[in-house]
Amino acid sequence: MVNQPVLAQTRWKWSRTLVVAIVGMLIAAFWTLSQPANSFAAETTGPCVADSATGCFNGTIKGVGAGVKIVISGNGAEVIAVTDADGKWNAAVTTAGTYTLTLDEATLPAGVTMKSEATQTRDITLGFNKGAVFTVNGGTDGGESSTDGDTGSGTETAATGFNWDRLAQQSVSGLRLGLLLALASIGLSLIYGTTGLSNFAHAEQVTLGGLLAFTFSNVMGINIFLTTAIVVVLTGFTGWIQDVIIWKPLRKKGLSLTQLLIVTIGLALALQYAFQIFYGARTLRIVLANPETVTFGPVTLTIESLWAMGVSIVVIAAVGYFLTRTRTGRATRAVSDNPALASASGIDVDRIIRLVWIMSAALAGLSGVMLGLVLNGISWQTGMQLLLLMFSAVTLGGLGTAFGALVGSLVIGMTVELSNMVLPGDFKYATALLLLIIILLVRPQGLFGRKERIG
Amino acid sequence: MDGIIKVLYDMSASMILPTTAAFAIAAIGLNVHFGFTGLLNMGQAGFMLIGAYGFAISIGAGLPFWAAFLIAVLAGIAFALLLGIPTLKLRGDYLAIVTIAAAEIVRMIGRASVLNDVTGGSNGLPGENFRNPFSDLSFFGDGQTTLLWFTFDNTGVNGWWSRAVTWLMVLVFALLVWLLMRSPWGRVIKSIREDEDAVRSLGKSVFSFKMQALVVGGVLGSIGGVMYILPTSLQPDSMGRNMTFLIWTAMLLGGAATIFGPILGTLVFFATRIFVQGGMRLFVPDEILNTQQTEQFSWIVVGVALMLLVIFRPQGMIGNKKELNFNV
Repeated sequence: MVNQPVLAQTRWKWSRTLVVAIVGMLIAAFWTLSQPANSFAAETTGPCVADSATGCFNGTIKGVGAGVKIVISGNGAEVIAVTDADGKWNAAVTTAGTYTLTLDEATLPAGVTMKSEATQTRDITLGFNKGAVFTVNGGTDGGESSTDGDTGSGTETAATGFNWDRLAQQSVSGLRLGLLLALASIGLSLIYGTTGLSNFAHAEQVTLGGLLAFTFSNVMGINIFLTTAIVVVLTGFTGWIQDVIIWKPLRKKGLSLTQLLIVTIGLALALQYAFQIFYGARTLRIVLANPETVTFGPVTLTIESLWAMGVSIVVIAAVGYFLTRTRTGRATRAVSDNPALASASGIDVDRIIRLVWIMSAALAGLSGVMLGLVLNGISWQTGMQLLLLMFSAVTLGGLGTAFGALVGSLVIGMTVELSNMVLPGDFKYATALLLLIIILLVRPQGLFGRKERIG
Repeated sequence: MDGIIKVLYDMSASMILPTTAAFAIAAIGLNVHFGFTGLLNMGQAGFMLIGAYGFAISIGAGLPFWAAFLIAVLAGIAFALLLGIPTLKLRGDYLAIVTIAAAEIVRMIGRASVLNDVTGGSNGLPGENFRNPFSDLSFFGDGQTTLLWFTFDNTGVNGWWSRAVTWLMVLVFALLVWLLMRSPWGRVIKSIREDEDAVRSLGKSVFSFKMQALVVGGVLGSIGGVMYILPTSLQPDSMGRNMTFLIWTAMLLGGAATIFGPILGTLVFFATRIFVQGGMRLFVPDEILNTQQTEQFSWIVVGVALMLLVIFRPQGMIGNKKELNFNV
């Protein structure tokens, strides 16, 4: 074992500064959250009357007039709602559960385009009304839509255009996404650091976590906290088994990193479709109860989101402590710095790498559970959709540096959510990827990477 | 028995599909990148998509076929330059991440609803919008022709005309790559794959040669994209990351760094997928795996095949292990 963390010493400073910076950011965020202000939430009843056997979806699309179609599908039913002259629509469903609401963009008037996502997922309980907000660009009233009592109780009542309240809401969403991304990308970065492998199958570990949580919590009815613990153990086990049966033999076989990269792509492909076979292509809910929201000043968050953020912060802090303060953690960073030298100084490199695999998979699994709770559902492609954001985060922070991955994730999370304020929702991931390319142009080693890594 | 004959027919039919040929063209392009130059391009589907958009939008704007085709090629060149400038000086895995990200950016922009009027948003553009100028070039006439056990329209949406043109293109591009690779230019390209520093010490600009290779392979990708959408339609979501991975599988299956490897790989790839899917449908009862699940299963087979291939036979069916450089 390392007695003297020579290699790690230079980066200690960085990590300390970073921990301070991050704690500062978090305190600032919670301060923002705790600012008192008047809340807004509205719930109205449309012409569809909710009773014990009916649930109503409703909403108003401002500035589009009559004839815009919204297809509501799920639970074996499909209902089509059409807007009236004021843009109001409603639809009745007779089964509780999750529905996908898709605005048929072909029915929008000429020159009008979607501003929000055209497809949204909402859950409904019989006897209740559920609002869904679709916003458009170029509508007759300038596309401005506000939460004026017609829009119902959608949990994500997204107003458009710039205002400070929205900035606060989006920043907190960005922080939330950043923290969840960080959980996953720290593992990605550790694997890259210790083995040099760009693991394209890492996203599937995230999805696996969410899907297992669905199995335990929703199907088997186990308490969500216990579920989370079981999932973390199980996904950690998948990390161990992966290293035993795939990655260690391949390292011994002397496969090059490019070959290994393509192997991870094959694995990702196989896993994605395996998930589809076992779980189908639907979005699955981990917790059946409808999410309750809490309002802090201008910011509205679900309870699940708060839990997810809290858990992420604690776990990330624990990982940080492990990496900087424990012998094994320092050994991990030494392997990450220079495996040959670490091995020469008596570190069991294979053991460290196995530990890193277990840790990464468990963190990714945890991230999957949290994502499933925050996004209110998990599907076979949840992880896949975030994979490139994770790579962006890891590259931004500097490939192979765990703290870089954390900062990179927060930056990427913020970018994704804040770009939403100026650009249509379709572009939010594209902005983050563009940021990645620009970073590579300006500072290819990333914020905290070292130059030799880019060779 | 009928079922088996049908699977065999489907397999052989899939091997002459124009989309298979389009795939092969893209795989030839990827082979120029990875097989010959050693560039880890993980965004070949992005090149295809940008070519497809260039072509379809130009036709929609009323341009003649050749002008639209030229625009598709130019779009491929521009995309290659745009990608190459930030990344070709960096190590290989950076190029992989940037190309995959850039391909996703193209897809996300293409499917954005703001651009609905131009790109058709997430629905894409139907084939009728851009197909006719290509069909009009046909001198095959009307009616149907039977060749071997295949009967198709001469010119129609998915007829002999598009099959003949796309497969002729495959052969022409294979010949072109063969000629390029035995030229002095090709020797420099291959030596970059073998040892960049040695090439640099000979006074060659590695960056410039890599860029040229990226452009050549990218243009082939764009042309592949155009030919891919002609008999079908332009669907941005069907030309995403997974398509790139399939092209990689096909190329590695046949053998990277060979002339016929990508073509052979594409043929075997499509035939095998139909074989797996058709065979499962025949012999596995619906209760165990339904039709949709057999398709998903065939994708699992693709993923596992890709893993095994890279581990146990990275040179593919006809490749030479010495010609491969996986150490980018």
